[in-house]
Amino acid sequence: MTATALQTPGAAHTSPMDRARALGRLKLSDASFQFFALGAAVLVLALLLGVMVALFIGAWPAFREFGVGFLFSDAWSPPKEKFGAATAIYGTLVTSLIAMLIAVPVGLGIAVFLTELCWLPLRRPIGVAIELLAGIPSIIYGIWGVYYFRPVMQAYIQPFLINTIGNMPIIGYLFQGPPLGYGVLTAGFVLALMVLPFITAVSRDVFDTVPAVLKEAAYGVGATTFEVVGNIVIPYTRVGVIGGVMLALGRALGETMAVTFVVGNATKIQTSILAQGTTISAMIANQFADADPGLFTASLLALGFILFVITFLVLAAARFMLARLELKA
Amino acid sequence: MSNDISAQTPVKPAAAMNEKVVMRGLNFYYGKIHALKNVDLTLYEGQVTAFIGPSGCGKSTLLRVLNRMYDLYPGQRAEGEVMLDGENILSPSLDLNLLRSRVGMVFQKPTPFPMTIYENIAFGVRLYEKLPRAELDARVESALRRAALWTEVKDKLNASGLSLSGGQQQRLCIARTVAISPEVILFDEPASALDPISTAKIEELIDELSGDYTIAIVTHNMQQAARVSHYTAFMYLGEMVEFAETNAVFTSPRDKRTQDYVTGRFG
Amino acid sequence: MTAAVNLYPRRRARNALWTALAYAATALGLIMLAIILATLIWNGIGGLSLDVFTKNTAPPGVVGGLLNSIVGSIIMTAIGLAIGAPLGILAGTYLAEYGSNSRLATVVRFINDILLSAPSIVVGLFIYELLVVTVGHFSALAGGVSLAVLGAPIMVRTTEDMLNLVPNSLREAASALGMPRSLVIRNVAYRAVASGIITGVLLAIARMTGETAPLIFTALGNSLFAVDPRGPMSALPLIIYEFARSPYAEQQRLAWTGALILTFAVLGLSVLARVLSASIKQK
Repeated sequence: MTATALQTPGAAHTSPMDRARALGRLKLSDASFQFFALGAAVLVLALLLGVMVALFIGAWPAFREFGVGFLFSDAWSPPKEKFGAATAIYGTLVTSLIAMLIAVPVGLGIAVFLTELCWLPLRRPIGVAIELLAGIPSIIYGIWGVYYFRPVMQAYIQPFLINTIGNMPIIGYLFQGPPLGYGVLTAGFVLALMVLPFITAVSRDVFDTVPAVLKEAAYGVGATTFEVVGNIVIPYTRVGVIGGVMLALGRALGETMAVTFVVGNATKIQTSILAQGTTISAMIANQFADADPGLFTASLLALGFILFVITFLVLAAARFMLARLELKA
Repeated sequence: MSNDISAQTPVKPAAAMNEKVVMRGLNFYYGKIHALKNVDLTLYEGQVTAFIGPSGCGKSTLLRVLNRMYDLYPGQRAEGEVMLDGENILSPSLDLNLLRSRVGMVFQKPTPFPMTIYENIAFGVRLYEKLPRAELDARVESALRRAALWTEVKDKLNASGLSLSGGQQQRLCIARTVAISPEVILFDEPASALDPISTAKIEELIDELSGDYTIAIVTHNMQQAARVSHYTAFMYLGEMVEFAETNAVFTSPRDKRTQDYVTGRFG
Repeated sequence: MTAAVNLYPRRRARNALWTALAYAATALGLIMLAIILATLIWNGIGGLSLDVFTKNTAPPGVVGGLLNSIVGSIIMTAIGLAIGAPLGILAGTYLAEYGSNSRLATVVRFINDILLSAPSIVVGLFIYELLVVTVGHFSALAGGVSLAVLGAPIMVRTTEDMLNLVPNSLREAASALGMPRSLVIRNVAYRAVASGIITGVLLAIARMTGETAPLIFTALGNSLFAVDPRGPMSALPLIIYEFARSPYAEQQRLAWTGALILTFAVLGLSVLARVLSASIKQK
């Protein structure tokens, strides 16, 4: 270390003028950094608006031609240039509904298991495994679905359903038809599997926000595990769970790869959920390559616009609910 | 350092001293809350002034006006006059960064930057000067010596600032502040988070630094104020109740509230 | 003492029932997911060979690999990162440091959350309108941009959350030296939470790598080896999509192998992100 004479203490090494100049040089970069940060934030905003505007403009020829009837018509004939969104919308809603009906109870069940029942050392590994699974690309579920699940559906599950529930009055109508393996129900099952890790992870996070003292108080008066879950945990986290479920619904509605392999890609609505159908995203993905510009492409873009509006509404509702949970915490 | 209140640091006669900071009619608001009411105060050059008073009296608020730290937070504003060498630092057109290079601050909680010890100090210096490596090294060493930290860290200048003990981290923060050669140094309860030995070292440091810097120190520890300062300002509920030489405030306060506080009746 | 009905056995039975259901749900879920992973490994491992990484995709009958698809994925993810990371990190910085509770910040946070879960196919259509129709042809650049739109919201969220963890006292200490705002952020705040921000970047990469739908409308795919971002390019998810629907066994096998590679890449990134974030929590 150099042995330097200590500087005269207190004496400024630089004059105020030098400092002002040094700081002045930084002013431009300071202002531009702030400008770019603001710009980036505005760009995020612009992206959403851009998506809506671009889709709407592209879809306009179809909206103009078919009007509101587009939403309710199940016509789909490229040569006759008649298109309608009903089949796709129906398929989107039904597959997502089936997926939710399965994934929500199972996901909540796993979440309860992880927070209340599971042997402590296993909790973290299983929790981590679930979170990692939530990140698996959806196309993996898609190819698994078409190679492994569809044959099982065709050989075992669909015949079983046709022979049992298919014979019941009223709901029997939902379970008719030749067992091809493809179909709305199959797509719903695969979608359920895809959404399951997500619901589990979100529900578990939400369940973890319940203060331990609250649960201990309930256990303290002798409540059983599920009395605590039903009377304390669920009511406390109700809003958060619903928010998480709606978030999962939003993702399910927009999912393409998990369903497009197995949904069958039919263009007419059928009563039986064992029959083939389509969803908005599957239809777009399947038909886009062959669509000639003009009404065909515009109709597909119109489908995309409708999907965007549906998911926007669901996601906005989900966010609203999750925001209320954060307020409580 | 004696704990005896009567063993005061010698004070120069007021007439011989330069008024470094003069506050007139300072009012401060947190939103609608009127936190400082018509405060008048003078900081004399090279002297240590302590701000004492019960919790919530506004002493930290007052300190943070001196380097306009409150400017970081919308909703907080100051009105009145605070003159640093004759220039009103409350003026909206004032260059805040320049002000803060002249008025440094050491905080209650030691806050080393997430960098090496060397970088912690060099960082501030580089803001204002382009120095060749050897000169920068010298500046860092000088700052660390002034903060009585050099011998403890000279062999590990590349270690993270966070690897030091609490007392050392605080002295690092002091070195960092001193390295850019401010004229005024503000200490906001600098030792309240530290153990008694580190506290004593910090007080020694403040004593050594006075004379070269104008120092203002907020403390809730009256004995510390008595040990370390030449002047004391007693505040109560946002008002400047009494401001005089430390000896006078502690042994013959003029206001009853001051007397009650320094004798421990409340606070 | 009146003869009280003992409720306990019924309560215990009900609890046992629900417990059994919870166990069953967990077993069902974990078993199904394990089956998927098992079939993936079973089918994909068989096809793993050096050829996969050295040969391009080939028509049926010709021995091929996945080289152009893997390279394409890397290139497009890199483009997505180059565009999305500055966008995401800067926007997150705005939300945490400059905007805080302003009107604009609240709206941007809301919009960002929507974009986070928006259908990727819709994003693909948007970029198609914006960068494919206008230019007249498909391109890897358009593909990269669509990936950026999907990855940026993740980085916005993570960056904002991380920066909010930086204690104000650290910012004040830097400001007290006269440091201008942007330097306080860049040199102190960013450094304090660098690993956290990188975690967000890793998660975004994982997301971008796995997307198929947006690439269908932007990059299209390419059977030849391509590195020019101005033209169509293949990607791993795209080739999986194509080969999985092919009637030829060798292409189907490659689809599974590709799926295996993709899954492990994504899982590897996610694990890395978790390890990094765990080491932060240690501090």
